[in-house]
Amino acid sequence: MSTQAGDSAADLDLSIYREDVPAHPPLTDLAGLSAGDQKQLLLAGVDPGEKERSGSFFQMDHSVVHCRSRHEGVEMLAVGDALQKYDGLKEYWWRAVAVDKDVYTRRAEARHGQGYFIRAHAGAKVHYPLQACLYLTEDKLTQDVHNIVIAEENAELNIITGCATSHGVRSGLHVGVSEFYVKKGATLSFTMIHHWPEQMAVRPRTAVIVEEGGTFISNYICLVPARDIQMYPSVTLKGPHAAASLNSVLMARPGSLMDVGSRVLMEAPDCRAEIISRAVSTGGKIIARGHLVGAQAGAKAHLECKGLLLSKQGAIHAIPELEARTPDVEMSHEAAVGKIARDEIEYLMARGLSEQDATSLIIKGFLTLEIVGLPPNLKKELDRMIAETDVDAM
Amino acid sequence: MKSTPLLDVKDLRVRVGAKEILKDVNFSINTGEIHAIFGPNGSGKTTLLNALMGFSGYTVTGEIWFKGQNIIDLPIDERARLGLGISFQRPPTIRGVKLRELITASARRNGERLDELARGLNLTDFLEREINVGFSGGEIKRAELLQLLLQDPDMILLDEPESGVDLENIHLIGEYTNHVLGRKQTPKGSRTLKQIYSQTRKSGLVITHTGHILEYVNVDVGHVLMEGRIACQANPREMLHTIRDCGFKECYRCFRQGDHI
Repeated sequence: MSTQAGDSAADLDLSIYREDVPAHPPLTDLAGLSAGDQKQLLLAGVDPGEKERSGSFFQMDHSVVHCRSRHEGVEMLAVGDALQKYDGLKEYWWRAVAVDKDVYTRRAEARHGQGYFIRAHAGAKVHYPLQACLYLTEDKLTQDVHNIVIAEENAELNIITGCATSHGVRSGLHVGVSEFYVKKGATLSFTMIHHWPEQMAVRPRTAVIVEEGGTFISNYICLVPARDIQMYPSVTLKGPHAAASLNSVLMARPGSLMDVGSRVLMEAPDCRAEIISRAVSTGGKIIARGHLVGAQAGAKAHLECKGLLLSKQGAIHAIPELEARTPDVEMSHEAAVGKIARDEIEYLMARGLSEQDATSLIIKGFLTLEIVGLPPNLKKELDRMIAETDVDAM
Repeated sequence: MKSTPLLDVKDLRVRVGAKEILKDVNFSINTGEIHAIFGPNGSGKTTLLNALMGFSGYTVTGEIWFKGQNIIDLPIDERARLGLGISFQRPPTIRGVKLRELITASARRNGERLDELARGLNLTDFLEREINVGFSGGEIKRAELLQLLLQDPDMILLDEPESGVDLENIHLIGEYTNHVLGRKQTPKGSRTLKQIYSQTRKSGLVITHTGHILEYVNVDVGHVLMEGRIACQANPREMLHTIRDCGFKECYRCFRQGDHI
C-alpha cells in the first residue's frame, strides 16, 4: 500500500488504460467550451473567462488546444513547441527529475512533448496567475505530460494548474512530470488543484531547483474523491537564502488512497523550508509524508502534519522526517492525528449551531490554510472551494 | 405568568464517571433576576453551569425546567436556540474559523450591530482572527461577551466573567456584562426606563470567585455551593462580605449543622 515515490515497479495495473484518442481542434477562446466543461474547469480553479489571469494553457486529452500568454513578461508554449524552439531545452529537460526514476517518468518520456512550457523573463512581475488545465474527456484514457517552468532571475510568477475531467468520465490515469527552475531572487508560486472523478489514478512526479535567494511556494489541493494518488515532490534549495513552502490540503472519501508527501533538501547555507499538510479522511486512506533535510549551516525548517479522521473505515498515517547533516540547523515538526475535539463541537453548539453545522465549520476551518505569499484573489478562490466542499457527506 | 420561574432546577444530580459532583441541587430563577454562585474550588460551580447547558461528560438526573419545558434531555444546540447562553471560562481555540464566521452563523438577533458592538469591545480586528487563537485572558472574555450579545439569549450563564482580566479591562467587561443582561439602556421616546427594562431585562447565573463583577452587575440572589449542594441562599453582597471576611469557614459551619436547602 505505502509505495514510496522512487519505486521503479508499476504499482498500478496499466493495462486497463487506453492511449489512442482522436486529436481535438484548436480553441481560440476557453469561453467557447461547453457549459458543462466550463463548470468542471472552474472546480479545478481554472477560469474559462480568464478574469484576472495572465494567460491560459489548455490540453484536452493529448491535444494542446489553447495556449496564450497575455503578459509580455512571460512565455507560454506547448512543451513540444518549446523543445523545437529551444533545441531540446537541454538545460532543463530531465535535469531536475531523473528520466528513469520510475515507470511513470518513462511513460512521460515515451509520450515526449505533451504538457506546457512556462518561462517568466528576468525581472518580470506577473501579478495575475497563469492558468494551465490538463483535461481528460474520455473514460479510461491516459495522459502523460511533462511540464517545464522557469522563473528567471528576480521574476515573480504565479501559476494555477487545474486537473479535471469531463462530466461522465469515471476513470483514467494522469501522469505529470513537472520540472521547476527558480533562478536567483525569483519567486514562483504554484498552486495545483485536482478535481478528479472517483476512479482516477494520479501520478505526479515533480522536482524543483531553487537558486540563491529564490522562493518556491507550492499549494496542492485535492478535496474530491480520487481512487489513487501518489506523489512526493522534491525541492532542492541550491543557493544560499533560498526558501520553500509546501502546503497540501487533502480530503479522502471512502475508497480513496492518497499518498502525498513533500521533501525539501536544504543544500546551501541559510535556507528555509516549511511543509504543512492538512488531511481529512471521511473513510479513505491518507499517507501524509514530509521530509526535511538540513545539509548546510543556518537551515531553518518546520514540518506540520495534521490529520482529522472522521470515520472508522479510514486511516491517516503521518510520516514526518527530519534529517540534519550538520549541527547548525533548526528543524522541528509537529504532527497530530485524531478526531475533532468534542469540546470544539460543543462550544459551537452552545452558540446554537447544530452538531452537523458545527462539525462542518470546524472541518472547513481545519482545511483553511493561511498561506503566506498567496495572491489575495487566489486565496479567495481556495476559500470558496473549501466553503463549497461537501463535508456533510460523511 | 409571574409565578412561573424562567429556570427551575429540581433534584439535580450530576456524576462524572463514578464521582458524584452535584448532589440534589434545587433552585429557581425568575425572569429578570440575576443570581450569583459562590463556593470553594471544586464545589461544583462550573459543573452546574455545564450540566445546565447540556455538555457531554456528565451523567445528569433530575429536572431542568426552562421556559416551562424540561430540557434535561435536549441537546446543547436546542437549549441554545431555546434561549440559554453561556460564557465560557476557558473556551477552546478553533483553527481556521474566524470569529466573524462563528458570530454570523450563530447570531439570532442584533446581527446588523456586529461591527458596532465589536468596536465597543475593542474587538474589531479580532473579528478576522481565528477563534480564541492567541487571545489573552481579557480578549477571550470580551469575545465571549460579543458572541453572547449577538446570540441574544434570555438566560445567561457566566462562568467567572472577570477571571484573568486586568484592571484596565474589568470596567469594560462589567459594562458589557450588564449589556448582555439587558441592563444598559437609554430612555427612548415615550417609554420610561422602567418600562423598557421590564421588556429587556434578562436573567443570569454568574459564577464569581472574586466578586468584582458584583461591583458592576446588580445581582439579586446569592447562592453558596458546597460539596455539591446549595448550602445557603441570601443577599449576595452580605454573602460576599462574609466570605471575604471569614472565608468559607462560616459557610461550612452552617452546612455541617445541616442548615442547607
